[in-house]
Amino acid sequence: MKLHQKRLLYAGLIVLLVVIWIFYAANGPQTTAVLAGTVRAATLLALGAMCGMIGERSGVVNIGIEGQFLLSAFAAFTVASMTSSLFLGTIAGIGMGLLMGWMLAAMAVGLKVDQIIAGTVLNIAALGLTSFFYDRSRSLGVGKYTNIDLGPLADIPLVGTVLFSRPPLTYLTMALLIVVHVALFRSVWGMRTRAIGEHPGAADTVGIDVLRLRYFNVTIAGGLAGLGGAYLALEAVGTFSRAMSGGRGFLALAVMIFGRRTPFGAYAAALFFGFTTALQNQFQLNNTFDIPPQFVGMLPFIVTILVVALSGLIGSMRDPAALGQTYEKG
Amino acid sequence: MSEILLGAHDVSKRFPGVLANNQVSLQLERGRILALLGENGAGKSTLVNILFGMYRPDEGHVIIKGERVDLRGPDDAISRGIGMVHQHFQLVPPMRVVENIVLGAEPVLRGLVDLGEARRRVIELSRRYGLEIDPDAVVEDLPVGMQQRVEILKALYRNADVLIMDEPTGVLTPQEADHLLGVLRELTQTGLGVVFITHKLREVLAVADDIVVLRNGEVVGQTTPGETSENGLAEMMVGRSVMLRVDKSVAEPGDVVLELEKLSVEDDRGQIALNEVSFEVREGEILGVAGVEGNGQRELVEAITGLRGLSSGLMKIGSDEFTSGSTRQIAEKGVAHIPEDREKHGLIGVYSLEENSVLNRYHRKPFSLRGFLRRDVIKRHAEGVVDEFDVRTPSTSVPASSLSGGNKQKLIVGREFSDDIDLLVAAQPTRGIDIGAIEFIHRRILDQRDKGTAVLLVSAELDEILGLSDRIAVLYDGELMDVLDAEDSNREKIGLLMAGITDSKSSA
Ligand SMILES: Nc1ncnc2c1ncn2[C@@H]1O[C@H](COP(=O)(O)OP(=O)(O)O)[C@@H](O)[C@H]1O
Ligand SMILES: [Mg+2]
Repeated sequence: MKLHQKRLLYAGLIVLLVVIWIFYAANGPQTTAVLAGTVRAATLLALGAMCGMIGERSGVVNIGIEGQFLLSAFAAFTVASMTSSLFLGTIAGIGMGLLMGWMLAAMAVGLKVDQIIAGTVLNIAALGLTSFFYDRSRSLGVGKYTNIDLGPLADIPLVGTVLFSRPPLTYLTMALLIVVHVALFRSVWGMRTRAIGEHPGAADTVGIDVLRLRYFNVTIAGGLAGLGGAYLALEAVGTFSRAMSGGRGFLALAVMIFGRRTPFGAYAAALFFGFTTALQNQFQLNNTFDIPPQFVGMLPFIVTILVVALSGLIGSMRDPAALGQTYEKG
Repeated sequence: MSEILLGAHDVSKRFPGVLANNQVSLQLERGRILALLGENGAGKSTLVNILFGMYRPDEGHVIIKGERVDLRGPDDAISRGIGMVHQHFQLVPPMRVVENIVLGAEPVLRGLVDLGEARRRVIELSRRYGLEIDPDAVVEDLPVGMQQRVEILKALYRNADVLIMDEPTGVLTPQEADHLLGVLRELTQTGLGVVFITHKLREVLAVADDIVVLRNGEVVGQTTPGETSENGLAEMMVGRSVMLRVDKSVAEPGDVVLELEKLSVEDDRGQIALNEVSFEVREGEILGVAGVEGNGQRELVEAITGLRGLSSGLMKIGSDEFTSGSTRQIAEKGVAHIPEDREKHGLIGVYSLEENSVLNRYHRKPFSLRGFLRRDVIKRHAEGVVDEFDVRTPSTSVPASSLSGGNKQKLIVGREFSDDIDLLVAAQPTRGIDIGAIEFIHRRILDQRDKGTAVLLVSAELDEILGLSDRIAVLYDGELMDVLDAEDSNREKIGLLMAGITDSKSSA
C-alpha cells in the first residue's frame, strides 16, 4: 500500500469510529445490535471469500461456494442433531466442504471441465440433494453455539459485546483470517500459489507441480466454505432450512473481489456488506419503512451490485493472469 | 580435453506428424559456448527441452557430467545443474525480482519464506557475475533486457553450471544482444557451459566455440567459427546454396499513397501505443518500420488496415481521409495486408485453400453472383495462386491448416497480390518460415514495389528491414524516432534508435 493510501485508510477509520461513537451515544442498544449483526453476517462472507481467494489466487474460479455453504450446512446440522454434538457437526461441515472442494478440483483441475460449469454443478447438486433429504422434523436438540465471553474484554461497552462476546466459530474465523494472510503472503506455499495463478508455465519450469498444487488448494479452500456452512447452521441460525445460504456464497465472491483477494481486505468488505445486512434486519424489525419486507431485504444485494460496478469503474485490481484457464504442460 | 558437462546421445522425439528430433547427438564442454543453429521448426527448442527434462526423448538419452540420466522433469534437470532461459520468459510478471529468482527453491526461516536471505543471495550473485539488478523491482516494470537478466540469475541461483538460452536475442536491440553475448562469454570464464540457440548467423560466428547445425530434426553439420562463414552456415541450415541478400534496383518513388498525420492509437489495455506518428509512403518504394517488438508496430499495422480505431490523428490512403474505417472499406481502396499472425488473421484453418484464396473478395464478381459463390471460378483462381506462388500442396481442396508455415504464408501473399493493389502492408512477412520461402516472398515484395505499389514493411528482423527497405522508420515506445534513407543507415545507427537513443539525448 502506498503512503497516501495508508493515510486515507487511517483517516477513514478515525471518521468511522467517531460516527459509531455518536450513534452509540444517541442510541446504545440499537447501535450495539446493528454492529453485532454486522460481525455476525461478516463471518460467513469472510469464510466464503477466503475459500474463493485461495482458489482464484491459484487460477481456479470457484462459483460453487453457494453450494458448498448449503451442503456443508446440511451435513453439519444433520450430524450435530444425530450425535447431539456441535463439535462433530462442525467437523462434518468442514469434511463436506473439503469433499466438495475436492469434487470441484477433480472436475476443474483434473478433468479440465470449464470452471464455471464445474462450480454450477456444485450449486445445483447441493440444492437438489439438500431439498431431497431435508427432514422437517429434525432439530438441533443441543441448541446452537453460544457466546463465549473473553474475560474482562467482554465488559467493555459496545466493543465488548460486538467483538469479545461471540460464539466460537466467529473467533475461529478471525484467527483464520490471520493464518490465511500469513500463509498467502509469507509462506512458501503462498508464494507458489500466487505464482501458479499468474503464470503456471513459469512455476512449472522451476519444478512446481501446478496441477497438484491447484488440486490441493481448491480442496483445502473447500474446507473453509465447509466451516462457513457449519457456522450458518450451528452458530448463526441453529437449524437447517431449504436454500438457507440465500445467495451469500455469491455475495462472498463480490466480497473477495472488493477486498482485492486479500483476507483483511475481504474482511473489511465483509463487514461493509454485513453492515447493510444488519441494517436491513434492523429496519425490518422496527418497521422503519412502510414498504414490503422483501424490498428491504434486497438492500445488501443492491449495494453489492453498486459496489461491484463501482469497483469495476475504479479498476481497483486486475485478476490473476491465469484465472479460469486450465493448464497444459509443455 | 576438458570435462563434458552435458550431452545428448542419439536423441529422437516424435510429435504427431513430425519427427522433431532424429538421432541427435551433441556435447557441451565446460567453459565453452555451443551454438545450436537451425531454421524455425528445425527442432532446436525440442532438443533443449529434452535436455532440460521438459520432454522425454522417445529414443536415446541425455548425459549429464558423464552420467546417463533419465530426467523426470525440469526440477530434476535443475538439481543436476542445468539452467534454462526459455524463448518466452518464464517469469511471474506481478512478482518482484527476488521472488521470481527464488521461486521453487525458497530459503525458509521458521516455516516462512526468508526474503531477507533471498535478497542477500540475489545481490551477492548479481555482484559476482556483474549482472546488476534491483531485487525489489516488480518484473513487469522492467525492460525486456532486464527480465532476461532475471532469468539468467534464476539459473545461477540454482547453481547451474550449464546455461541453455533459447533464442535469447530475438527480443533485444542489436546493442543489447551484443551485451548479452559479452555476458555469456564472461560466464564461461567462471566455468559455465552455455548452449546458445539462434537462427542469426552473425551471432553464431561472434560468440560460439562450437557450432551444431540442425535441419528437419537432424544434425547436418558440426563446425567452429574458424572453419566456416555466414554463407557456409546458411548453406548447412538450408541444404543448398542461398542468397542472403536480395538484389534490388534503385527505387523510383511516385505519388504519396499512404499518409499518416499525428496518428495516435491505443493498445488493448487503453494505453497509448502510438503517439502522434506521422510519415508517408510513396508509390514504388518500401518503407521499413524497425523496432523491438511491442513498441507500437502491431497497433500501427492494425490501425492502417482498419482492425483498430484511431484515437486521434488522420490517415490518408490515396485521396481518401480516414479517422476510422472498416477493414473492408480500406481493402476496397487497394490495400493488401500480410498479417503478423497468419493463423489468426491470415487464414481460416478449417477452410480449403480455395476458400482462403478469395477471403478478401469472395463477395465480388467474378467469385460470387447474386449472393452465391461460384465454386468453379474460385477453384480456378486458387489453382492459379498455387501455381504462381509455388504453394506446395497435394490439392486446392485440402484445409489450409494442413500447410506448412512457409506455404501458408505464400498462399496469403498470393491471395493479397492477385488483385490490383496500391498499398501493401506486410507485418513480419517471413516470421517462422524456411529460408526458401523467405527468399521467394522477398522477391515478390520487391516485384510489387517495382510495379509501383507502395509498401509498408514491418519487421522485427533488422536484416530484413535493411535488406528490403528504401527508407527506414524506427519506432520506440510508440514514438517515431526518425526516418532514415536506407543508404545512410546501418545496424548500429538503427540499433541505437531502437533503444530510444538519439544523438541529442543519450538516455531512454
Ligand atoms: N508440443 C508440440 N506438439 C507438436 N508438435 C511440436 C511441438 N513442439 C514442437 N513441435 C514441432 O516440432 C518441430 C520442431 O519444433 P521446434 O523444436 O520448436 O523447432 P525450433 O525451436 O528449431 O524452431 C516443428 O515442426 C514443430 O511444429
Ligand atoms: Mg524454438
